[in-house]
Amino acid sequence: MTDPLIAGIVVFVLAAFVGFEVITKVPPTLHTPLMSGANAISGITLVGAVVATQASEPTVATVMAFVAVTTATINVVGGFLVTDRMLRMFRTPGRAPKGGGDE
Amino acid sequence: MNAQALTLVQLGAAAAFIIGLRRLGSPRTARSGNRIAAAGMLIAVLTTVGTAGVAWWVVAAGLGTGAVLGIVAAIRVQMTAMPQLVALLNGFGGAASGLVAGVAFVGRDGFATDTMVSMVASIVVGGITVTGSIIAFAKLQGILRGAPITFPLQRIVNGLLGLGLVAAAVWAGVTQSPTGFLTVAAVALVMGISLVLPIGGADMPVVISLLNSLSGVAAAAAGFVIQSPILIIGGALVGASGLILTTLMTKAMNRPLSNVLFAAFGSNETATASAVSGDVRATSAEDVAIAVAYASRVLVVPGYGLAVAQAQHAVRSLATALEARGVEVLYGIHPVAGRMPGHMNVLLAEADVPYDRLLDLEQANAALDRTDVALVLGANDVVNPAAREPGSPIYGMPIIEVDKATTVVVVKRSMASGFAGIDNPLFTKDATVMLFADAKQALIDVQAGLEDL
Repeated sequence: MTDPLIAGIVVFVLAAFVGFEVITKVPPTLHTPLMSGANAISGITLVGAVVATQASEPTVATVMAFVAVTTATINVVGGFLVTDRMLRMFRTPGRAPKGGGDE
Repeated sequence: MNAQALTLVQLGAAAAFIIGLRRLGSPRTARSGNRIAAAGMLIAVLTTVGTAGVAWWVVAAGLGTGAVLGIVAAIRVQMTAMPQLVALLNGFGGAASGLVAGVAFVGRDGFATDTMVSMVASIVVGGITVTGSIIAFAKLQGILRGAPITFPLQRIVNGLLGLGLVAAAVWAGVTQSPTGFLTVAAVALVMGISLVLPIGGADMPVVISLLNSLSGVAAAAAGFVIQSPILIIGGALVGASGLILTTLMTKAMNRPLSNVLFAAFGSNETATASAVSGDVRATSAEDVAIAVAYASRVLVVPGYGLAVAQAQHAVRSLATALEARGVEVLYGIHPVAGRMPGHMNVLLAEADVPYDRLLDLEQANAALDRTDVALVLGANDVVNPAAREPGSPIYGMPIIEVDKATTVVVVKRSMASGFAGIDNPLFTKDATVMLFADAKQALIDVQAGLEDL
């Protein structure tokens, strides 16, 4: 067993516990934004995709890294933006209607 | 930037994710929470781009392409189409994670066992997430039919695929051969398809939650491959969040996850538990207008039909007219109404309905004790009283008990049974009247009737 593996497992388990604790309290109204926001966070694999571009050969590695950066970016940018778009619509009780759409 | 500094910066990004997720738990703080998480992401990515050896032109091309596509998708998507967008985004995340492991594998050999295990895990989870998400997207978008798609010996085929996946994973891990690695990827991709094909539309909230969780697990596995704590943390957070939602959804259907995944629920003529006896009473929009106009409380129960008919603005408009007459209008939202967790809430928020009018299952059932009219809009199984009868396929599923209201108005396009393929005894109850129409048109007609009063 190597040390980075153990460290990784420790980090993973603790983060999962934090995730459970933090998210259990989210009300049903916010389930969709929670999911799309969490979805954007899973795009953190973009960091791994950027690191992957360090592999300069074979060429297929570069191609794969490019596709990975692209798909992860779609995930991150699309996820955070659409979450923001949804959350902008959630109207605080008592506030006057905005009138018109969201754009 | 040296390795230690990079790790510390990424620790900050991880903290931003946790704070962001926490703030997503309340409507008042949710928007800033999302931005904090996005800021963490930006910092994590920018500092990584500055690392030595990164091919900046590949990164720039990928970031540019991805950003344009992501922005267009996020701006263009209609709120009713949110489930398919989230499904697709899950798939992109899974693809990226699988590819990160793939790049780590190609052109090298002599991996330590733990690295090899992480790579195989990343490919397996990433692969299943990609194709599973694409099939879910295709079903939600109407490219594939939403009903369960089954083929002969499906369970046996899936079982064999599962065994094959394990065998291929072991083989790839031991031999470290490219062929083994490609085989694992291929089997995982096929498995994603065969797992999601037999799952029907109404079970999509579970499937999307699960795919969401898997996309996180795939990212964490990729984090083990490249030994990146931020990937492990981000992935674990999303894995946990998706798992919580998956559990909530399966509880809301009172069916174990295995049943949702493998039973192809609603594909065959499920045994009719309670043969519906009696006739349904059809009504007119004018009569519904009178009923709601003189009610003191109306509770709307929306379902997927509301999304299909794009009727969220029409329902809000009717509610405004009713509120002007002093009628209290509330909304009872079942956890699995629609095609993803919280789907109905987002649609109603789009139509500017304040979120304190949106009641969850328990709140709605409490409110129904003192409700004059329950207006069921494009919902069926979530209000089916058959769920109380032992022997019914949906027995035990918590429902919104609209039959507690004085009058129940069911707006429905036809008498077709719901997704579960079970007759709904609600429709023949004495207190129930049926308004056969498209949800949006029905609401417009009722409002017109209201104005004529």
